Amino acid sequence: MAAVKQTIETVAALEKYEHGFTTDIEQEFAPKGLSEDIVRFISAKKDEPQWMLDWRLDAYRRWLELEEPTWAKVDFPKIDYQDSYYYAAPSTKAGPKSLDEVDPEILAVYEKLGIPLKEQAVLAGVEGAPRYAVDAVFDSVSVVTTFKKELAAVGVIFCSMSEAIREHPELVRQYLGSVVPTSDNYYACLNSAVFSDGSFVYIPPGVRCPMELSTYFRINAKDSGQFERTLIIADKGAYCSYLEGCTAPMRDENQLHAAVVELVLLDDAEIKYSTVQNWYPGDPETGKGGIYNFVTKRADCRGDRSKVSWTQVETGSAITWKYPSCVLRGEGSSGEFYSIAVTNGHQQADTGTKMIHLGANTRSRIVAKGISAGKSTSTYRGLVSAHPKAKGARNFTQCDSLLIGKTCAAHTVPYIEARNGHSVFEHEATTTRLSDDQLFYCQQRGLSQEEAVALLVNGFVKDVLQQLPMEFAVEAQKLVAISLEGSVG
Amino acid sequence: MLKIENLHATVGDKPILKGLTLDVPAGEVHAIMGPNGAGKSTLSYVLTGRGGYEVTEGSATLNGEDLLALEPNERAAKGVFLSFQYPLEIPGVPALTFIRTALNAQRRARGEDEIAAPAFLKLAKEKAAALKIDFDMLKRGLNVGFSGGEKKRMEILQMAMLSPKFLILDETDSGLDIDALKIVSEGVNALRAPDRGMLVITHYQRLLDYIKPDRVHVLAAGRIVASGGPELALQLEAEGYDKYTSAAA
Repeated sequence: MAAVKQTIETVAALEKYEHGFTTDIEQEFAPKGLSEDIVRFISAKKDEPQWMLDWRLDAYRRWLELEEPTWAKVDFPKIDYQDSYYYAAPSTKAGPKSLDEVDPEILAVYEKLGIPLKEQAVLAGVEGAPRYAVDAVFDSVSVVTTFKKELAAVGVIFCSMSEAIREHPELVRQYLGSVVPTSDNYYACLNSAVFSDGSFVYIPPGVRCPMELSTYFRINAKDSGQFERTLIIADKGAYCSYLEGCTAPMRDENQLHAAVVELVLLDDAEIKYSTVQNWYPGDPETGKGGIYNFVTKRADCRGDRSKVSWTQVETGSAITWKYPSCVLRGEGSSGEFYSIAVTNGHQQADTGTKMIHLGANTRSRIVAKGISAGKSTSTYRGLVSAHPKAKGARNFTQCDSLLIGKTCAAHTVPYIEARNGHSVFEHEATTTRLSDDQLFYCQQRGLSQEEAVALLVNGFVKDVLQQLPMEFAVEAQKLVAISLEGSVG
Repeated sequence: MLKIENLHATVGDKPILKGLTLDVPAGEVHAIMGPNGAGKSTLSYVLTGRGGYEVTEGSATLNGEDLLALEPNERAAKGVFLSFQYPLEIPGVPALTFIRTALNAQRRARGEDEIAAPAFLKLAKEKAAALKIDFDMLKRGLNVGFSGGEKKRMEILQMAMLSPKFLILDETDSGLDIDALKIVSEGVNALRAPDRGMLVITHYQRLLDYIKPDRVHVLAAGRIVASGGPELALQLEAEGYDKYTSAAA
């Protein structure tokens, strides 16, 4: 299989974390630390209207009252929230309108990461140029969004959150915080106060978005956190497929990434949301550094027969705390969650989903695959609940864990609540160890040890990879193999 | 072809092979028979380089090349194939993908071009039909949920596709009914060739009715204690292994 060979070559050619470079560009920071003044500073930087500032300040005051959650199976020293920058941006004039105005240094970063920002190449019909729109977020700001004109032609709005607040305040005011309320949880609340940028998508009724939409997040600045906010609204009968990717430089300090993603689905709408998360995982030997990925993602299926699908490939971050959830409110709405979580070195992942069945005849499906190697721990934590009105709710859950080596751990923590007698929930779980027998069998047929691991792991995660858009599936497959490099033998 | 001289091997400090010498020339099929615990499977694992089997003395060469210095996958690329007594299940990896990945890995190791997809599919269809394997089975996870007989046929299919120089069949008849045994044996016999050698390891004479050996060796307590023509197998069937085990002890 060509992909396996490619994986091996990629692995051989790479250092352990490929995206660990930093870029020297002139940057503008807010003073270190967090206070009402900083919140005001961020809001002013972005030229926000008063209502937005009030919203942020309200969130900030609520945040002061909240305490950090401790229920997750992760372990880390207390975060000093005053020792971080909450705003870092390349010093250019706000909101470049075209690629020509973007700092070439920044364009070079995205080129190095393999992210296509040059729509000209695609429009000119250059062979092999991927055809999907990109919003590129560099530290705290969106530097460029591609294909905006082409999307606008069919009524699709795809822009940075800052721009949406300025240009589409009526939509933002209506939906922002309507899925994840400001005080939902500690990190979401912090995000509501200091969020800097992110993507905004609106698909009008009956429109099928003509291309993949994607956002590429890059943390570059030292000692800074990234707090992006994404809001996607699929109006009646609308459809879109959206993908996000993330990388960061290798640094000895932990950096916080606390994002909030809200999806709103009206009647008959459909959103496919895919994540390939490859934040810097920290030093594999010492566990020093790495990103704390504390993210709140939730979809609200408000409309009848609406459908949302989360697919995530989580290979990076020192700590992942993330539960993309579906609130199945509309009658006959459905939610899916497909996940691959790979942990190696000293990584810790506590991830899963919540399927909250509120409407009648709602359906959900969960397929979670955890792979643990090195000294890492991986926990699947999931909630499936059916409320009294959710008659005829159905859920199928499958959780599989694969252990590589003898020093890693996998846990499965399912919560199931059925508050009516007409729901059917199924839960299957397996834990297996990558066996020496299987490895030897593959080697006897001619595969090297690394090729054998890649093949066996690819087999294990196949069900989930199939859910990703084609071109990203290949990337994700490589990423999984690279993350597990050196985990055997 | 395969030359084994004075081979000693241990498993977890326990000596299993104690001076085994064997010579299988190209074009010949040799059978190794012996009681349980004689070291039959150990021999197949030592030749293919499985971890945990340590060679303490002696040598094994294929066409003059030292096998023992090579990694398991390098030995495979040199043409050594082991048909496992208990083939492993590989969930999520279709048999077709598995075999093609293996074939291309071997080809790359030998500096050859990878096989093109159409040529590979054509070959797979042909070989599967000969072994009466339903082609759709090749699209399912390798050996997952297959019966014992199906797994053994899948081993022979891999063998036919990879076209190795030297075949080791470890208890290939175990778990096979008579029809499956016939199909498997025909598959193996089709691979007999002047430049190919085979080592057939078996506990029972039955398999040798279908795969006729040129030479039969008795392995007891880690050494070859007797060698002869095909008639030796019949004699063992009639008399049992007693005289060899008592002599070796």
